[in-house]
Amino acid sequence: MTAILTLALKSLFNRKATAGLTVVSIALAVTLLLGVERIRTEAQNSFTSTISGTDLIIGARSGPVQLLLYSVFRIGNASNNISWASYRELAALESIDWTIPISLGDSHRGYRVMGTTADYFDHFRYGTKQQLEFQNGKPFADLYDAVLGAEVARELGYSMGDPIVIAHGAGSVSFVEHDDKPFVVAGVLKPTGTPVDRTIHVSLEGIEAIHIDWQEGIPVQGRTVSAEQARKMDLTPKQITAFLVKLKSPMAIFGVQRMVNNYREEPLTAILPGVALQQLWEITGVAEKALMAVSTFVVVVGMLGMLTALLTSLNERRREMAILRSIGARPLHVFVLIIGEAMGITLLGIILGVIMLYGLLVAVQPVVLSMFGFYLAIGGSSAYETLLMGAIFLAGTLIGIVPGWRIYRYSLADGMTVRI
Amino acid sequence: MIGAENPAQRESATGLVLPIIQLDSTTFSWAAGLEPLLDIESLEILTGEKLFIEGPSGSGKSTLLNLLAGVLVPQHGEVRILDRGMTTISSADRDRFRADHIGVIFQMFNLIPYLSIAENVTLPCRFSNRKLKNTMERSGGPLQEATRLLSALNLAHPEMLRRPVTDLSVGQQQRVAAARALIGAPDIVIADEPTSSLDAAHREAFIKLLFQECEQAGTTLVFVSHDGSLARFFDRSLALQTINRASKPLENMGVSAP
Repeated sequence: MTAILTLALKSLFNRKATAGLTVVSIALAVTLLLGVERIRTEAQNSFTSTISGTDLIIGARSGPVQLLLYSVFRIGNASNNISWASYRELAALESIDWTIPISLGDSHRGYRVMGTTADYFDHFRYGTKQQLEFQNGKPFADLYDAVLGAEVARELGYSMGDPIVIAHGAGSVSFVEHDDKPFVVAGVLKPTGTPVDRTIHVSLEGIEAIHIDWQEGIPVQGRTVSAEQARKMDLTPKQITAFLVKLKSPMAIFGVQRMVNNYREEPLTAILPGVALQQLWEITGVAEKALMAVSTFVVVVGMLGMLTALLTSLNERRREMAILRSIGARPLHVFVLIIGEAMGITLLGIILGVIMLYGLLVAVQPVVLSMFGFYLAIGGSSAYETLLMGAIFLAGTLIGIVPGWRIYRYSLADGMTVRI
Repeated sequence: MIGAENPAQRESATGLVLPIIQLDSTTFSWAAGLEPLLDIESLEILTGEKLFIEGPSGSGKSTLLNLLAGVLVPQHGEVRILDRGMTTISSADRDRFRADHIGVIFQMFNLIPYLSIAENVTLPCRFSNRKLKNTMERSGGPLQEATRLLSALNLAHPEMLRRPVTDLSVGQQQRVAAARALIGAPDIVIADEPTSSLDAAHREAFIKLLFQECEQAGTTLVFVSHDGSLARFFDRSLALQTINRASKPLENMGVSAP
């Protein structure tokens, strides 16, 4: 058998142009399939690790996905707010460990501004329970201090001490600006690969201060309050958008959730972030499944290319088979010779495909990180990837049976008779 | 013609040369009910003999060669080679038997294009331990034996061994094919029109070289050609049309005298 496999390899090498092209087409298919799978897994990991260590997110009554989108992903807007009184009452519950109030609605050059408390920098966790870290500076201390996410600082070229004028509303172009009360960059966070990177953090009081002379979303004429005057006024927030909750015991989660959902003072919704993330992923997962299906078809096309190449080579190889038969090769050997070539091509294709995948990952890793704030980990193959590669190898071997069987039939019929 | 020291020589106790191939009431057709392609009442080929079989196309030549090599088995009758009945052993055993005991030369396209000259010549040793062992005993290994055979066949240049076979002329290719058929001292060499692509001068030289090597190894040579003028070189000649009762124009003429 080793004699036959050596022959298979030599024969492949002899037809390097055709065999090489077939190998490359299979390699490209493998790279695509594994690449899509890799990005899919990494995207899901990155997605589901957007928030961790939070038991409940509480906002005005809405669907769980909508609440998750605006509170965590800063996408869309809240349908309603929560009154400060309700927040205080719920935050004082015995079973609650900590809460982080957040207030959204303003923006700066397309980036969302989020009002919160300094607790945010202590308690908020993402990924595998990682804490937010500062690249520069510290949490906001002054009323007009702002802490920038890594992407905001990088894209807008801000550094410590730069002034920031916050615009009213969430659009990237706004004609109504809080230009009378500019903020100052007091800190820049390290990249997290989450929406935190695209957020400008200020204190809840800061949000209150810039809206103190506003009513119904527009500045009140003739009643302007200067930045310094605002400092002396009562800046207790009147309402917030949502708040994150950590309970003392996870056993209490469902009890608190039920209580919030039945809260009498105002209609509220409490969601479990993990569950809502899963629901959201299932919605976006359709595209990813379609991508996976397309790459599977590309693999099928690569395999059919190999089948074509092998089948077209068979006729000219019948005399080779007659020679092998004449020196004592069995029809089975001839079968193995062809299937061995199919296995060789597939194996080389897989190996080349994996090499190209890693080359590509190394090349795109910095690009993906800077463009999407998404860290593409370059690790070994997952069990599922190994399974995919095994399935491709098996498919290649099975496809080799078709020409293998034909040449087996030929060699039985031809015997030693050389047919040209 | 047969030296007493020949290892492959088979003699009876009385010193009589024994047949190495025997066909007895042998008929072959592709399927039961079809007209037979080959119908031979009796054919004996003696050990060490150099037999010429004249066979134009259509005389059942391919079928006979496939029967003699154990690739095909007859529907009726028996093919005995080295006292083994080919109909009684499995096809895998016949393939192994062919690998061990038989060498074949075709009319043309004898060589595997993606192997070097040396690899082509030594290929049979990869399929037969017996041939491998014989090369060890004769020259110390397949490569040495290949070199010896090629130089005996006037293809001596050592650097030639590594050259691709596609660089060779037709005459050189046929000599490489002969070396491959002869390597490992098979009991029988079957040559199917090996000289038809050579010109007259090369034809004779090729036959002489082939004879020389067969005699040295005590190998029985069965040489089939449509060119009856070659018959004079051989110990004995037969016309296939006359022994094959199924062949078209001539029938039932019996075996021609040696």
